[in-house]
Amino acid sequence: MNAPSKILVYGYGNPGRGDDGLGPALVAALEPLGASDLTCESDYQLSVEDSATLAGYDVVVFVDADAQAPEPFCFDRVQPSRELSFSSHSATPGQVVALAHEMFGSQVKGYALGIRGYHFDELCDSLSEPARANLARALSFARRALTEQHFDEYTRQFGVVSDGNCACDPQLEA
Amino acid sequence: MSVIKRVVIEPVTRVEGHGKVTILLDEGGKVVQARLHVVEFRGFERFVQGRLFWEVPVLTQRLCGICPVSHHLAAAKAMDWIVGGEKLTPTAEKMRRLMHYGQMYQSHALHFFHLASPDLLFGFGADPAVRNVIGVAAKYPELAVQAVLMRKYGQEIIKATAGKKIHGTGAIPGGVNKNLSLGERDLLLKEVEQQMTWARAAVQIARDYTTEHAKQLVPFGSFDSNHLSLVRADGAMDLYHGNLRAVDAQGKPIFDQIDYQKYVDFIAEDVRDWSYMKFPFIRKLGPETGWYRVGPLARLNTAGFIDTPLAEAARKEFRALTGGKTNNITMAYHWARMVELLHSMEKIQLLLHDPDLQGRDLLAIGERREEGVGVIEAPRGTLFHHYRVNKNDQVVMGNLIVSTTHNNEPMNRAVTKVAQDHLSGVEITEGLLNHIEVAIRAYDPCLSCATHALGQMALEASVVDHQGQILSQMSRG
Repeated sequence: MNAPSKILVYGYGNPGRGDDGLGPALVAALEPLGASDLTCESDYQLSVEDSATLAGYDVVVFVDADAQAPEPFCFDRVQPSRELSFSSHSATPGQVVALAHEMFGSQVKGYALGIRGYHFDELCDSLSEPARANLARALSFARRALTEQHFDEYTRQFGVVSDGNCACDPQLEA
Repeated sequence: MSVIKRVVIEPVTRVEGHGKVTILLDEGGKVVQARLHVVEFRGFERFVQGRLFWEVPVLTQRLCGICPVSHHLAAAKAMDWIVGGEKLTPTAEKMRRLMHYGQMYQSHALHFFHLASPDLLFGFGADPAVRNVIGVAAKYPELAVQAVLMRKYGQEIIKATAGKKIHGTGAIPGGVNKNLSLGERDLLLKEVEQQMTWARAAVQIARDYTTEHAKQLVPFGSFDSNHLSLVRADGAMDLYHGNLRAVDAQGKPIFDQIDYQKYVDFIAEDVRDWSYMKFPFIRKLGPETGWYRVGPLARLNTAGFIDTPLAEAARKEFRALTGGKTNNITMAYHWARMVELLHSMEKIQLLLHDPDLQGRDLLAIGERREEGVGVIEAPRGTLFHHYRVNKNDQVVMGNLIVSTTHNNEPMNRAVTKVAQDHLSGVEITEGLLNHIEVAIRAYDPCLSCATHALGQMALEASVVDHQGQILSQMSRG
């Protein structure tokens, strides 16, 4: 195994908007791991300056709530993106990775852990019950994945397949 | 019978949240009216009811993921009034100001370099594949990196003063809960000279662009309007605190030095059946003529001067564009924004050398009140927070007027003007979409509900006839 030397786990979302807080919630649960090669960050949303941060890592795992993902979560490779829907104050993982490559000469590889959420519209500082259940399974996966670091292998098992379902392997989650 | 056609564009990209633009055409293809529909989230006022008042400065940050610091500080200022602590200690006021200038700096840098600059550097009608921030990074790599580092510096200031990036707790009713350690100060001071150099250059870029393209920019989405902002007692620009001043399109005072605790006597909100967002207006002028602009352009029109030398020199150059008269050029927002960016950096530099930031007297408490208003000049304009609190410390009423709401009527007028000047027929083109967005983006509106779950951004444009039938449609993103 060629273990990456530095990994950033970046959870983003608004914890005051119900299940939108799934990303920061996972990061908060991961932080006590305290692994020396693992850095955890949270924010409301991704922004362009995050490209400078993640440029210093070998691997970044973005963690976000996903309103359409298969349950309980999906894990995919993030491709650098030049797509146009670039807002001033938030960016997609692909855009941030592209900017890290373009502006800082980084070779950082990006992955996205999308945890299925359900309730986003109300001001509410707690997760829904089904989202909590998905978070628990995603957390279990993340702990194991960050230890073993077979990221590309996980994308084959947890990526969104063509029928929209996730090829989840319960054994790997455990 | 005259046939009215509607051109619908939704949502607007590179402005926050979701908006929809509807352009009403008559049968001859002439623009009758353009409307910017914003699905404004109004649940916050209800959400805070029953909450303990001292929680509100933290809770308000959940309202918006884009400008949480502005809501944090406006709410804290309102709650200062509740605890009778509105006369802050020097350390508390300067810590809050540093946080606010950091927010202003990062927000303005981000807006100008990553939102507006693709339009300016490549042209409004340029190929969308190039006209974006990644295109800027490819063609102007030094500028793109500089912009990222400016934004990052502002965020570091926020983190140092608010305690953390999410749900910072720096400002509390009557003061702050931390000072700036020498370590935090020294870390920020290391970069301040470089940031100042970049801030000065940013003003020059905006100035040169505006003056060199004046023929195109002056009429673009422009119209006469009133302007409103806070100003200091001596008339200086003050982004953190002051009294309300409003001037008309010629610069004549409408009111001045109004204590914002009494804002309801001077400002009212109109409701229209086609929009979720209210339309504020100056009460004595009425909704037809009393609407006004807020934000950088308004602030440079209301302020008598700026109390930092570099920004004051830049302000004088800005005012010279219109012969010292009120500037009603919509696209001049960008230049005004960069003058404020420079002012913010000058203030940051001054504050970082001020030993009061290491003071330990953080809290002021006085006579308890049951009602308070907090107003601040947020990056996009004047932001009002108004609360009533019962004897059990619970909030019983909350009312917010955010910058984007103040600018509701002006944004509609800007879109109408651009549509009248640039729309031909009913076919929607990328160039047309961007012209409309350029006008909206000048105001840097925040239409966000701060819920961003993956995969929700897109752009759709439709042409719809008077019976609701879609005549043509285009999408991107």
